[in-house]
Amino acid sequence: MAEELEFERNDIRDDGRRPPRAVVGSHSVEEAMFGRLFDRSVAARIWDFVRPYRRSVVISVAAVLVFSATQLLIPLIIRYAIDNGLEATPDSRLALQLAMLAFALVILVNYGASYLQESVVGRAAENVLFDIRTAMFSHLQHVSLSFMDKTEVGRLMSRLQGDVNSMQEFLETSVLSVGDLVLLVGIVVLMLWLDWQLGLLTLSVLPVLAIVRSIWLPHARAAFVASHTANSVTNGALAEAIHGVRTVQGLDRQEVNFNLYTDKAHTNLRAHLRASRLAQVMVPLVDTLTGIAMAVVVVVGGARVLGNDLDLGLMVAFLFYIQRFFDPIRSLTIQYSVMQRAMASGQRLIDVLDVPVTVKDAPDAVQLSADADGSVEFRNVTFGYNPDQPVLRDVNFRVEPGQTVALVGPTGSGKSSAMALVHRFYDVQAGSVVVSGHDVRQVTQVSLGRQVAMVLQEPFLFTGTVLENIRYNTADASRADVEAAARAVGAHDFIMALPDGYETLLGERGGSFSLGQRQLISFARALVADARILVLDEATASIDSHTEMLIQKALTKLLEGRTGLVIAHRLATIRDCDKIIVLQEGRVVEQGRHEELIAAGGLYARLSAVGGASFDDISLEE
Amino acid sequence: MGNTPVAAPPDEIMQPADTVGWRSGLAVLWRVIQLSLRTPWQAAAAILATLIASGMQLLIPLLLGQAVDQTQALLTDADAARAALLKSALLVLLVSVLRGAFTTAQNYYSEAVGHHVGYELRLSVYRKIQALSFGFHDRVHSGELITLGMLDLEGVRMFFSTGLVRVVLLGMLLGIGATILLSTDVVLGLLALSFVPFVAWRSSVSQLRLRKTWLDLQERLSVLSRVMEENLAGIRVVRAFAAQAYEMGKYRKASANALELAHERVQIRVTNTAAMTFSFLAAMGLVLWVGAGKVATGEITVGTLASFLTFMTILQMPVRQLGMLVNSFARTATCGARLFALLDLELAIKDAPDARPLRITEGTLRFENVDFAYPGARDKRRLSQVSFTARRGETIGIMGAPGSGKSTLAHLIPRFHDVTGGRITIDGQDVRDVTLHSLRKAVSVVQQDVFLFTTTLENNIAYGDPWAQTARIARAGQAAQMHQFIDSLPEGYDTVVGERGSSLSGGQRQRMSIARTLLLDPAVLVFDDSTAAIDARTEDAILAEIRTRAADRVTLIIAHRLNSLRHADRILFLEDGAIVEQGTHAELMAMNGRYRALHDLQNRPAGPRPDRQEAR
Repeated sequence: MAEELEFERNDIRDDGRRPPRAVVGSHSVEEAMFGRLFDRSVAARIWDFVRPYRRSVVISVAAVLVFSATQLLIPLIIRYAIDNGLEATPDSRLALQLAMLAFALVILVNYGASYLQESVVGRAAENVLFDIRTAMFSHLQHVSLSFMDKTEVGRLMSRLQGDVNSMQEFLETSVLSVGDLVLLVGIVVLMLWLDWQLGLLTLSVLPVLAIVRSIWLPHARAAFVASHTANSVTNGALAEAIHGVRTVQGLDRQEVNFNLYTDKAHTNLRAHLRASRLAQVMVPLVDTLTGIAMAVVVVVGGARVLGNDLDLGLMVAFLFYIQRFFDPIRSLTIQYSVMQRAMASGQRLIDVLDVPVTVKDAPDAVQLSADADGSVEFRNVTFGYNPDQPVLRDVNFRVEPGQTVALVGPTGSGKSSAMALVHRFYDVQAGSVVVSGHDVRQVTQVSLGRQVAMVLQEPFLFTGTVLENIRYNTADASRADVEAAARAVGAHDFIMALPDGYETLLGERGGSFSLGQRQLISFARALVADARILVLDEATASIDSHTEMLIQKALTKLLEGRTGLVIAHRLATIRDCDKIIVLQEGRVVEQGRHEELIAAGGLYARLSAVGGASFDDISLEE
Repeated sequence: MGNTPVAAPPDEIMQPADTVGWRSGLAVLWRVIQLSLRTPWQAAAAILATLIASGMQLLIPLLLGQAVDQTQALLTDADAARAALLKSALLVLLVSVLRGAFTTAQNYYSEAVGHHVGYELRLSVYRKIQALSFGFHDRVHSGELITLGMLDLEGVRMFFSTGLVRVVLLGMLLGIGATILLSTDVVLGLLALSFVPFVAWRSSVSQLRLRKTWLDLQERLSVLSRVMEENLAGIRVVRAFAAQAYEMGKYRKASANALELAHERVQIRVTNTAAMTFSFLAAMGLVLWVGAGKVATGEITVGTLASFLTFMTILQMPVRQLGMLVNSFARTATCGARLFALLDLELAIKDAPDARPLRITEGTLRFENVDFAYPGARDKRRLSQVSFTARRGETIGIMGAPGSGKSTLAHLIPRFHDVTGGRITIDGQDVRDVTLHSLRKAVSVVQQDVFLFTTTLENNIAYGDPWAQTARIARAGQAAQMHQFIDSLPEGYDTVVGERGSSLSGGQRQRMSIARTLLLDPAVLVFDDSTAAIDARTEDAILAEIRTRAADRVTLIIAHRLNSLRHADRILFLEDGAIVEQGTHAELMAMNGRYRALHDLQNRPAGPRPDRQEAR
């Protein structure tokens, strides 16, 4: 499909306004929209989620059967009334009253069954859908971080939303399609039972429908997928224009982009027109076939009514059945696509549920006690996200309780990985990471989390109030604790200047705050968590001198009385540390205090010579 | 000209359009109809086909009823009856074929009209969004614009096929159908139509309630999405604080909230569907009962009874869909109101009616008593009385605390915003009097926030001049110190970057941004704090490149690292939107003022353990 779109782009003649290399929007790779009609393993997994509601399923299937039966009965009652109740005799009047009684009964049952069926299945489908989503989301809380690193949030969200929704569509309609199937079979059986010759003659139009459909379906589906793709490509280009509008205007690209976008919108238009055309192909066919069937009943049936082989009521009943005949076929056709889509979505949902959880509590894991000493030690640690390409090799160092240690090194030297290991975001391939005297694999993750607090390079705030952000999951922190923490890191003043102080709602994850302010709030959060060990990745982005000063102060406050492991980018931070560990290509190449390392004249000395105020983004290869 | 105050410029503020009044709603619908008439032939074909198709549909019950009666006429003449039956059958077939053909035409042409409306609207929205000023985009959240351009546009696009054409169809079926029924037999006709008002009422009410709860549900689902999205995006924070249980709590609350409403919606839907079916079937039963009596007394024929019953089955669907029709009108009115509110915005920044292309002669940039305040906050000036002159070949450094107005100053030159007082001229021409196109070709700003497009590195560098030759792109890459890195990539300049591509570090992104500006040859080149994430040595190399190009233009460098401004001819120090100190480095040092203080702060002695308490 992408190639086809590309092809269409290329045949736009070069009018000088569409430069050869320019594009708007990215080519997104669409995921398969349709799966196999039925995939046993997918169905089995989905059934696991339906199982708790199997009572509802049984009830609604029963209701559907009753519902379909009542629908089938109505033409029969009409037939009875026409055949027996149209005379002005008492017998006939009685027959009519009987028929009316039956009719009233049938539509009451129909009402009840329809109500029961839809409400039970609707509720169950919603429940299953929410259960699936909860299971996925809950699973994602525990899967390995290397999976999360590789996977875009948008992609996961589309599974949690889009795929779950197409599953819901399927669940809701699947019970209804049982009804459609019953209706279809019922009509066929009844027509044959009422008059097998006329029935057979009428039903002879069906094979034609089946043949034309099987030729039509692949084309219609291709056109549908194409229009869907064209639509998302066009929308992607619009989203890009919105997000990048400042750059577009700054570089004066509006005209070029508008022309390129026009091409995309036009391709989209053509794809949609084609899909619309193809979608309509079946309409005249179905109408023609209905017409033929009715004509057959009129001519053949009518002639036999003349000869009195057939009663008139039967002919009317046939005409009714024929008009209902194509409805279940139509909805089953739709259901067919829904089911295929659901199988494809189901596969993707299961893919998420099956992402292995690599970091788990050991069966005999112990609680890391709150009064543990807070030392951190790396013993011969070798680690790589891909075991064949270690990013840390045989790393050894020890941080004594209360010490602050800086990890320093060029980009890609393994600093961030080392930091992640302290919190057991990943498991090492060899050696061990020891916190407070325990191998991190031997303690529970929750207790480890309470011992080790982390401040990430990019401060991440949640939607909610300032208070909620600082308190986060330290549920027992009082408002006073929160304020004290904010004061300690120097965030109190600017928080109080906000319209609602601590109760101010942060829009857009704190987007209205400066980077420095967000940093301070994330410091306060770590302070409230009050862990023995603090792991901190210093922000690289340059902040103005005043805020930098505030942050330096806050950092000192934060590290007071804790074991600190800092990935430092600023000379000012590094100088103050008790020990500096210099990493290069995953190995510890030097360690010691600032003055010692400067005197040694090694990598650290060179880094601090070229780094100026910042150690970041230094490329040593030059 | 000069300082003469002008009429307040349009402020590009969209009126909220969540609730649409009756009148304005109709105005919106009328506008959508006018849009639909841009393809007059297809619209006419759709309407015509609808008329014919519904006419054919109405003929079928009559023909069937006639056939039923013909079978009763056998006693007189069997052969004649057979011939009549055959004729009826052929007519049924013909009418069915025609109905199918015209229904197809109706569906296709009405959708085609909708697709064309969508196409036109897409282009208008795109053009508008591209042209709206920075001020607008600062205020309006990008998600809102995306919703507008996708969902609201979709709502408007569908109006012709789901709203207008259905009105015609329903009108035909009900109008002509009712006329035929009532003229045949008043009592039976009234009974046959008795379900219509009830179903129409239930279906409209339930659709409106469903619509309302749908909007609420979307709201609650968006909270749920936000919880999930933030959790996934901030998964490291979640893990770092071992907060999985806490996060699941947040999730469950949002999830239960949404599920509750979802259940309510199921209830609304089911209650109404069942009731509508029941009322229809009850009416059918009445028709059968009363009709059978009338056949018995000879008032009507069996065929008439059969055709009444068939009419009812034909009317059922469109009447049930009346609710969708009401929904379509309501949806189009609100979506359209939002969409037109955007399209009708008057641009705050646009070419003056008599704008001429900028003519560069001396290459002199001049700020004359420039004031600036954001719209709506006119009392709070971001810049006040800023005046300076920069001549070709000069490099001007600009410093100041965050919020002192440095970026604002940079944004005024290419008219990302317009000054609210004073003026900015280039070679004597007010920037507001020249065409935007020529102005932005002459002024390039390397912006603070780097946005890279999801395409190759080469395309990104050539973004401002997509016709650029490959060699020129490589030169720009070299000047921005990106060439070596790019060359080391397996796919070199063809590497795709952006959201999906390999990610670049903050410093590399800034260098990309510099590269695409250095590709151009502007008369005024502005660096808005654009080397902050780049290490000192690389920055020096880039600054050296910039110096080699400085002779032909005015260069403004905004920075807060003094190192970045070492080579500036002059430095302006901004505080609260005003220039408080200016001069060369030596002059400013001699002044012993704010610049000096900042200089001392940034060059603290690198001694062991400086006293932290002093640093404030």
